Amino acid sequence: MLLEIRLFATFRHRRFKTKQMELPVGFLLGNLLKKLDISIKNVGILLVNGKHSDKETRLIDGDVVAIFPVVGGG
Amino acid sequence: MSGYSGTILRVNLSTSEIKKEELDSKLALKYVGGRGLGTYFIAKEVDPKADALSGANKLIFATGPLTGSKAPTGGRYMVVTKSPLSGTIASSNSGGFFGAELKKAGYDLIIFEGKSEKPCYLSIKDDQVELRDASACWGKKVSQATDLLTEASGDPKSRVAVIGPAGEKLSLIASIMNEKYRAAGRSGVGAVMGSKNLKAVVVRGTGSVESADEEKTKTVIKDILAKIKENPVTSTGLPTYGTAVLVNVINETGIYPTKNFQEAYTPSADQVSGETLAEKYLVKKTACFRCPIACGRRCQIDGVEGEGPEYETLWAYSADCGVYDLPSVIKANNLCNEYGLDTISAGATIACAMELVEKGHIKDDELDGTPLEFGSSEAIIEWTRKMGEGEGLGAKMAQGSYRFAESYGAAELSMSVKKLELPAYDPRGVQGYGLNCATTNRGGCHVRGYLISPEILSLPEGIDRNSIEGKSAWVKAFQDLTGVIDSLGMCLFTSFAIGADEYTSIFNAIVGQDWTTEKLMQAGDRIWNIERQFNLAAGIDPDQDKLPKRILEEAIPEGPSKGQASKLGEILGQYYADRGWTEAGIPTPEKLAELELA
Ligand code: SF4
Repeated sequence: MLLEIRLFATFRHRRFKTKQMELPVGFLLGNLLKKLDISIKNVGILLVNGKHSDKETRLIDGDVVAIFPVVGGG
Repeated sequence: MSGYSGTILRVNLSTSEIKKEELDSKLALKYVGGRGLGTYFIAKEVDPKADALSGANKLIFATGPLTGSKAPTGGRYMVVTKSPLSGTIASSNSGGFFGAELKKAGYDLIIFEGKSEKPCYLSIKDDQVELRDASACWGKKVSQATDLLTEASGDPKSRVAVIGPAGEKLSLIASIMNEKYRAAGRSGVGAVMGSKNLKAVVVRGTGSVESADEEKTKTVIKDILAKIKENPVTSTGLPTYGTAVLVNVINETGIYPTKNFQEAYTPSADQVSGETLAEKYLVKKTACFRCPIACGRRCQIDGVEGEGPEYETLWAYSADCGVYDLPSVIKANNLCNEYGLDTISAGATIACAMELVEKGHIKDDELDGTPLEFGSSEAIIEWTRKMGEGEGLGAKMAQGSYRFAESYGAAELSMSVKKLELPAYDPRGVQGYGLNCATTNRGGCHVRGYLISPEILSLPEGIDRNSIEGKSAWVKAFQDLTGVIDSLGMCLFTSFAIGADEYTSIFNAIVGQDWTTEKLMQAGDRIWNIERQFNLAAGIDPDQDKLPKRILEEAIPEGPSKGQASKLGEILGQYYADRGWTEAGIPTPEKLAELELA
């Protein structure tokens, strides 16, 4: 399946902004983080198609995954 | 009593009389300081039905007991008055160094009353206080006026809070600016200052704010600093990207209002994001008084340095106006700071005007050849200038989006609550935040109960943004805690790292009290209720606890939050109940007695 991965803020350093990735259907979001070398403890917000998700979320074809470190503002 | 200076400066601008009054310490503790104490004096001394731009209104600069103290971020002050924009109680917070300087000069509050015949400013050098002629700087923009007044004070360490041309011309969205770039931005407080012919307050203070218990203060501060350092938001997120880091977060969740809230997602957000700002335009980060966080952005464009834009400003001038050209947004932000305009209301009013053009309400011949359609970079710059100058249609826009849209018979196109423009989140996709916006005492505002934190940022814990379960209790707790933080004189951003217990500890150490956290939170509840009472007496009825028609009646049309609709009607009653109010939204006599407000 084809996914779109979007990284933000400090996660972009030495990685990328946006990338299409080919992964097996049902791939776990937690495993995607490992693949990207992002530690779950540094993650603030995990979105799949704009919905808050967690490392147990299984991904399906066409999902857009957005990964943010812990951030705040206002 | 430590923390407080114990003195109120009362300045009658009609008679030029300046008096120093003793601050009643019981009263100070009851309302904490800052926003709470300022509101107490407005509620006591100003007829809620008074014309906000008349001499009957008062304008209060209020510090808190921690302002100017050793408390981290203890530099905040509040401008409290009756808002000419919303007709509600207004309190507008600012950082920088002015608040701390005022406190170090020996004053908790300045109460301005009446109206000066000629432009004047107040000069304070510790106990020397005088009203001076402001004719040399009247008409000048913020940075020039600040430079002139600093020079005239003879002391480069003087701090200046000033209005720009917008405040002088009584724009209802005018701000008060200190140290050029820090704004008491919202609710038109700058217009009240302008209506009094008061250009500025210049202050130099050489005293210090002592703690009741120096040892305890040291220990508490050490703990707070450690928490600020441990917390990823205050240690990394805010210092690296400033508040603008939110652009992508809010857009990716599909609640990023686009084209005057017609849409809630844009594929172009990253062009105007905090990441892009940091990469291309950031010169350095800046910090307010005693702030270890340093979220301020010093940016440069075409050789001109300015501060900001903050997240809300970036949104108002970019997505809300459909403009994705960062240099233009930075320029518009700089213009707002120079003219003394609230960036949220100014950008949102231009966005509203763009929709009025799109829908055919505004005719071409009203525009003097200046474009005013969504997506026009020229429009955001030129209409900001026209608002600041009060030129042509810009003069009408400078009265805020509600009055502007209403003049075309289309008030529903103003995305405001109680006439104050809503900030950068679509309430349809965040139910607690929506409830907060509908009920906030100053109108459409995010910083009186920032539910975005748990609902979107998962801080301090994540809660389902679409659910209404338990939301009213969350909203009440956030609103009450914010009331306290705003009254203590610390920055709200510390609340990403610390909670009510730490605020209680630092208050106790500096002021010399032994309050429980419950007592502190009750003070927040009291502050909320006294504000509510003022609004009710001003004729702001509970039926104003609502959101714009579009938000209440239509679902989000596209993007990640497509189909989500406001559930305000389902939770408002629970909120009133949680507040101890009647079903109609009126504080009960029992509630008022419990809060010692009866
Ligand atoms: S966090 Fe930002 S706004 Fe708050 S005091 Fe520090 S620099 Fe000022």
